[in-house]
Amino acid sequence: MKPLFAAVFSLFLATPALAATDIQTVETPMGFTAWLVEEPSIPFTSLEIRFRGGTSLDAPGKRGATNLMVGLLEEGAGDLDARGFAAERDALAAGFSYDSGPDSISVSARFLTENRDEAVALLRQSLVDPRFDEEALERVRAQVLSGIRSDARDPDAIANARFDEMVFGDHPYGSQPSGTEESVTALTRDDIVAAHAASMTRDRVYIAAAGDISPDALATLIDDLLGDLPATGAPLPADIEAETSAGVTVVPFDTPQSVAMFGHAGIARNDPDFFAAYVLNQILGGGGFEARLMTEVREKRGLTYGVYSYLVPMDHAALYLGRVASANDRIGEAISVIRDEWRKMAEDGVTEAELEQAKTYLTGAFPLRFDGNGPIARILVGMQMDGLSPDYVTTRNDEIEAVTRDDIARVAARLLQPDALRFVVVGRPEGLEDETSGQ
Amino acid sequence: MKRLAAALTIAAVTLSAPPALAEETATPVTDFTLDNGMEVVVIEDHRAPVVVHMVWYRAGSADETAGTSGIAHFLEHLLFKGTEKMEAGEFSRVVAQNGGTDNAFTSFDQTAYFQRVAADRLGLMMEMEADRMVNLQLDEEDILTERDVILEERNTRVENDPAALMREQMGAALYQNHRYGVPIIGWRHEMEALDLEAATGFYERHYAPNNAILIVAGDVTPDEVRTLAEEHYAPIPANPEVGAPRLRPQEPPQLAARHLVYRDPRVAQPYLMRQYLAPERDPGDQRTAAALTLLDEILGSGQTSVLNRDLQFDAKVALHTGSYYDGTSYDDSSFTLMVVPAADVSLEDAEAALDSALATFLEEGVDGDQLERIKFQLNADLVYQQDSTESLARRYGSALTSGLTIEDVQAWPDLLQSITAEEIVEAARQVFDAKQSVTGYLMADEAAAAPQQEVLQ
Repeated sequence: MKPLFAAVFSLFLATPALAATDIQTVETPMGFTAWLVEEPSIPFTSLEIRFRGGTSLDAPGKRGATNLMVGLLEEGAGDLDARGFAAERDALAAGFSYDSGPDSISVSARFLTENRDEAVALLRQSLVDPRFDEEALERVRAQVLSGIRSDARDPDAIANARFDEMVFGDHPYGSQPSGTEESVTALTRDDIVAAHAASMTRDRVYIAAAGDISPDALATLIDDLLGDLPATGAPLPADIEAETSAGVTVVPFDTPQSVAMFGHAGIARNDPDFFAAYVLNQILGGGGFEARLMTEVREKRGLTYGVYSYLVPMDHAALYLGRVASANDRIGEAISVIRDEWRKMAEDGVTEAELEQAKTYLTGAFPLRFDGNGPIARILVGMQMDGLSPDYVTTRNDEIEAVTRDDIARVAARLLQPDALRFVVVGRPEGLEDETSGQ
Repeated sequence: MKRLAAALTIAAVTLSAPPALAEETATPVTDFTLDNGMEVVVIEDHRAPVVVHMVWYRAGSADETAGTSGIAHFLEHLLFKGTEKMEAGEFSRVVAQNGGTDNAFTSFDQTAYFQRVAADRLGLMMEMEADRMVNLQLDEEDILTERDVILEERNTRVENDPAALMREQMGAALYQNHRYGVPIIGWRHEMEALDLEAATGFYERHYAPNNAILIVAGDVTPDEVRTLAEEHYAPIPANPEVGAPRLRPQEPPQLAARHLVYRDPRVAQPYLMRQYLAPERDPGDQRTAAALTLLDEILGSGQTSVLNRDLQFDAKVALHTGSYYDGTSYDDSSFTLMVVPAADVSLEDAEAALDSALATFLEEGVDGDQLERIKFQLNADLVYQQDSTESLARRYGSALTSGLTIEDVQAWPDLLQSITAEEIVEAARQVFDAKQSVTGYLMADEAAAAPQQEVLQ
C-alpha cells in the first residue's frame, strides 16, 4: 500500500487569495454529480474521475486483478487494438492516465477544446468497452511480473510490504496491490473482466473538471462518458484497526544504506481532532527543514538526506507513518533520535512559536496548490471522496487557525504512541538493540 | 562548444514573442538586463496571485576543477546556511513563514534556487536571494555536518540503486575527456574530501550577478519586477573575476565502441542501455538538435514508437523500450536507447534486435502519419504549457544557462514544426555511429541475493 500523502493534502483548500476558484456543482440528467471550476482562458479541460474501492476490491485468490485490469484499459477498446488506441489518442493530442490505489481507481484526462468530442468518445471506449485482448493481457502481465520481481529487491518496496503485512495481515491493505508472482500468473481474462465489473461502476464514481468547459457541456459529457457503466460494484472491505508493538524488525538485505519505515495507528479524516493532528505532524515531521525530525536527524547530525512523517487516513484504517534512510552504521542513531522526538512530542507538545509558524505556513501554502487545471480537478475530486462540501474551501484555513496548544497536547497524547512505534529496517543495520517481545 | 551567451548587454526592455508563438500562446515573456549584467526574464500569468522566483547560475558540476567533484552541488546545500544577516536555516524558515516553498538543484551546466510564494512577497525573496549571492558565511562545522548529508544523499540516489550505479559507469565511459563523465553529485572518494576552501573557491569563482539569471513567473508585471530587481539585485556590483568563457575540456575524436557489463546482486530485471554522443542546441544553430528531438519521439515515445512496435509488439523480445534525448546542454549531449528484454530473451539477443530495428528505420525512414501526430502533439503542448508557467520558467532558465538566448527558446517550437522526415533520418545516421557509443548491460550477480528471512530484534 502506498502512502496517500498527496491525497491527504489535497483536502485542504483555499483562502481568500483563491477568489478565482469558484466551484460549481453540476447535476447531470442521468443523476451524476460533478464539481467544476470553469477557466476558459486556455482552450483545454482537465477531467478527474475516481471510483471508490480500488485494489481492495480484488476477489479472494485474485490479488492483482484490479491493478492488471487498470493497466489494460489503454491497451485496446471498441474497434481499436492497443496500438490503434494509442495512435488515435496521440492524433488528438489528448492525455489519458489510469491508476489504482488501495481505496480508488483514478482516471485523469486532459483534452483540447477543438477536438473535445472525439477525445471523450475515445476515453469512453476505454472505460466502458475495454477489449482485454489476450495478446495485451500477456504483454502487460509480463510487465507487472517484472515489476513485482524488482520490488522484491528494492529496499523501500520491501519495507513497505513488510510493514503492511505486519499491520494488516489478511485484510486487503496487508498485501501489495500488484499481487504476487503466483497470483498474477494465475489470472485469466475472465478475472480481468470480473474486476472491471466489480470496480468501475456508477454507484461509486466521483467527478471533477477544471478548464474550458461550461456546466451544460460537462453534464452532457459525463452522461455520455459514464452512463453505460454497470450500476453497482462489489462490496467494500471491512474496517480494520492498525495494531503495532514497539520495536525494530530487520529484513537483512545487502545494500549500503538502510531504509526504515516507521509508524503505528493514525487518525481518521473525520475525527474532530484531525486538524490538530495535521498541524502536529507538520511540526514533528512535515518534510520542511523546520520540522523537528529534519532538524534533529539531518541538520544537527547529518544522519540522513531526508526524514519525514505523514498521516495516512484511508477509507478503512488510519496510519501515522514515517521514513528515513541512513548508512548501515548510522541508522541505529537515526532511529534513536526519532524515538526520542516521538516521546518528547507525546509528553510535551509544541511551543507557541512552533504552532504559529506551522499555521502561517499551512494557511499560506494552501493557495499555491491550485496551480493549474489538473491539480484543481484532483483537489476537487479528493474533497468529494472525503465527504466535504464546496464551501469547505473558505473554512479550511479557519480550522487550521483555530488549533491551540491544548488541542495539540490532547491529540499528541492520543496519537503518538512511543510504546507502539514499530520500525521496519531493510539493510544491514549495525548496532540496533534487540527490543521486541517476540512478535 | 558554444559561445558564451551575452551576459553583459546594455539594459534594454524587449517585449519578445515571435509571431507564431504569440498566436499560439497568450503567455507574455519580457526580458531585460540590469547594469551589473544580471539578465532578467519575466513570464506573466495573472490567473492566481502567486509567483515563482528563480535565480539560475551559469555554473554546474561540469565547471568544477578536477579532483573536487560534487562541489557545485555541495555548495548548493551550503547556500541554505547563514550569511551576515541570516543564521543557518533562516532562509527556508522565512520562506515557510510566508507560506512559501523553496528548493534548489544542481545540474551539469547550472545551479538554480527557487521559491513559490504569494505575489506580494516577491521583494522579500529577492532581498534574501541577493544576500546569499555574495554574503555567504560558512564555518567548519557547517561543512562537516552537511558533507555527511550529501554522502547520505549519494547513498540514497546512487549506492542503493544498481541502475544509478550503472548510469555512472556509462557516463564515465561515454565522455572520455569532458566533465559530463563525472557524476553531478560527485565521486564518493572526492566528496569525502570536500572542504571549506573548495566550497568558498567555487562560490567566489561563479556566484555574481553577471553570472546569474533572474526568472520571475506569475502574477507580476515586468515593471514591478524591474523596480524590485533594481532595489535588491542592482546594488551588487558585477564581478569581473566571474563569468569567464566556459572553456571545458572537449571530447577527442572517439574511435572505439565501448561495451560494459555491470553486475549487482540487487538487480531483478536486467536491461541494456546504449548511449551515443550527440550534438546539442547551439545559439542560432538548433536544427540538428530539433531533428534529434523528433527522432527521440519517433523511436522511443509511447505505444506507437518504432522500438515498441518492432521489439515489443512484433518481435516480442522486449517488455519495455525507450529513448531519451535532451538537446539543452552547453556542450555535446547524448542520445540514449533502452531495452528491457522479455523473460526468456538474453541481453545479446535484445541488443541484436535493437540494432536490427535501427537499421530498418534508417532504411525505411519516418512514418508520415506518426510524424504528423507528433507535430500536432507538440503544437498542443503549447496550449497545455500555458497552464504551468513554472515549467515554462524552468525551460528558459535551463536554456539560458546552457548558452542559448531568449530568441533561441522562442524559435524552437516553429523549428520543430519545420523539420522534415529526411532531416530526421540524416540526424539519426550522423548520431548512430558505433565508434561514439557505449552499450551497457545491467545484470544480476550469479548468486543473486534476495532478501533473507527476517530477523526480529
